Amino acid sequence: MSTSPVKKTLVKLLVGAAGMFIFAIFVMPPLYYVLCDLTGIGGKTGGRYEAQDASVDITRSIKVQFITTNNGSMPWDFSPKVTEIVVHPGEPTAVAFYARNRTSKDMVAQAVPNVSPFSATKYFHKTECFCFNEQPLDAWSETDMPLVFIVDKDIPKSVNTITLSYTLFDITNREDPPVAQLN
Amino acid sequence: MAHGPAKGIGRWLFTTNHKDIGTMYLWFSFAMFLMGGFFAMVIRAELFQPGMQIVKPEFFNQMTTMHGLVMVFGAIMPAFVGLANWMIPLQIGAPDMALPRMNNLSFWILPFAFTLLTATFFMEGGAPNFGWTFYAPLSTTYAPPTVNYFIFGVHLMGASSIMGSINIIATVLNMRAPGMTLMKMPMFVWTWLITAFLLIAVMPVLAGAVTMMLMDINFGTSFFNAAGGGDPVLFQHVFWFFGHPEVYIIILPAFGVISHIIPTFSRKPLFGYSSMVYATASIAFLSFIVWAHHMFLVGMPIGGELYFMYATMLIAVPTAAKVFNWISTMFRGSLTFETPMLYAVAFVILFTIGGFTGIMLAIAPADVQYHDTYFVVAHFHYVMVAGAIFSSTAAVYYWLPKWTGKMYNETMGKVQFWISFIGFNITFFPQHFIGLAGMPRRYSDYALQFSDWNMISSIGAFTYGAAQLLFLFNVVRTIRSGTPVSEPKTWEGAEGLEWTLPTPVPYHTFSTPPTIK
Repeated sequence: MSTSPVKKTLVKLLVGAAGMFIFAIFVMPPLYYVLCDLTGIGGKTGGRYEAQDASVDITRSIKVQFITTNNGSMPWDFSPKVTEIVVHPGEPTAVAFYARNRTSKDMVAQAVPNVSPFSATKYFHKTECFCFNEQPLDAWSETDMPLVFIVDKDIPKSVNTITLSYTLFDITNREDPPVAQLN
Repeated sequence: MAHGPAKGIGRWLFTTNHKDIGTMYLWFSFAMFLMGGFFAMVIRAELFQPGMQIVKPEFFNQMTTMHGLVMVFGAIMPAFVGLANWMIPLQIGAPDMALPRMNNLSFWILPFAFTLLTATFFMEGGAPNFGWTFYAPLSTTYAPPTVNYFIFGVHLMGASSIMGSINIIATVLNMRAPGMTLMKMPMFVWTWLITAFLLIAVMPVLAGAVTMMLMDINFGTSFFNAAGGGDPVLFQHVFWFFGHPEVYIIILPAFGVISHIIPTFSRKPLFGYSSMVYATASIAFLSFIVWAHHMFLVGMPIGGELYFMYATMLIAVPTAAKVFNWISTMFRGSLTFETPMLYAVAFVILFTIGGFTGIMLAIAPADVQYHDTYFVVAHFHYVMVAGAIFSSTAAVYYWLPKWTGKMYNETMGKVQFWISFIGFNITFFPQHFIGLAGMPRRYSDYALQFSDWNMISSIGAFTYGAAQLLFLFNVVRTIRSGTPVSEPKTWEGAEGLEWTLPTPVPYHTFSTPPTIK
């Protein structure tokens, strides 16, 4: 009885359905991130970058703009110290962002970067960034948060302006610290 | 050998008879159709005039969300599963479905799923209010606490659909009468076979999406939460990877029904049968590779926009092949216009209008203007109502005399058709105009320049809604006191195994399989 054609079909279809469930939860999200990583769509910048070669292409200048956003009702002051800077490709540049906890309780924040246009995503490297870590701040205290970046010399000719946007999230009440490895 | 149905409520609770289960699916679907329709009436009553008159904006959002969910998952899908249960064994000469006990289970899950979903109205926080597409973070970070009931409801519906589809595939592949090759199967069976494969492929994806939501909400994961390294846009990709095949899951069985009704009342065989089969399969394949045309505004690279635009337009080709086949079937046929045929012809005309607006929406640069406006609402109601609902109504009129052995009132049927047809167009045609003029969907209020068309649209909606009560009355009246009919063929032009059976169809049929030459 266990080899009747109906049962064979049934088993095949059940395996198919289970396979699609696994595909949705365990394949689609990683696949999505790999695709975003390879193409730069989504504007997610990579992790820490080790500068390999120190030469600077002084024939090109690229304008880098900084934008900050507070997610939801995140009650911190959060702003770039400089809103705009002109750099040469290959040149490490240090800038800082200002943050102040405007509340009477100690909080933890996480900044999430995003680059526009997408064609520049892969060519914007951060050698040091406050977004690599969680940012705790005691009540009423303030801090300057560092960012060192290099615009790759191979950046497409069509890109003259890059906008780097940071969104600040309140993660004080999360039981598990988030794994922000994708920042 | 033949014994009739069991007595009392046990007949319905424990039945494994495909006809009983089909009947229960159809009644369940109609009950959900009335409930979803009631929600639509609340929406249209609120939009009758600008300003807030009847409900609060929060409740309005619950109405739009629940209208969509109940109509898609509660009314349209079970209607076609009910028709599949009734007709597939009759059309392929099988005694019953391949897995009758699972059939019972897949039906009886549904009332529980929809009890979970609708019980949220009576809970703190109210029913889901994030739209039927439940985009994260609206459905995660900002969702009412009842979202967990919604998630489990969707899980149950998914389980029911998957079991139903497995049953249909197992039946079609294993239980056809001797001599019935795949390319001799009736179109309704073909469209359902392909639909069932689509369902098995994408219902788990929907279940995956809501499971990820569940984890984000309750267990601290960050699939859709940027603060933890996730991405809300991922939600839209996963959802529409389910959602786009879903619209073909809804419409393919409708194509099947129409492919039976038009030949019957044209008294000609279906034109281009094999091209119909291949067109159905092509549409099913294409439905998997066009999902991001729902997301032109999330910020896609130009290459992505172009690909999804052209791939989407490609779907028009097999769909047009179907429309031309139906028209060719009617061409120089000996046409009569009984109620099922009126609905079928209206389906062809209105579905084509919906298809054309679909092509307009597929144009990525133009979609910037149309996106999330009433133009989209008009588009998908032309394909969902005039497509799926009209065709399932047509199917009921077409097969009801066969099922019950009683004839419905033809005059009442025709009147019901014309009120529906006119009411439908008065409701949704003006929504094209206000959409193009910029009225966004899902809002409880609107700018004054949209007042006139909204009022007309609401009047049309009330008309259309009333016509459905007349449909209910006609069906109940037929079952209780319709004129008895006994000839095997209700319609002289009808072809197919189901019309070789006595009328009304006995409780058990094809205990000995017929032979197909």
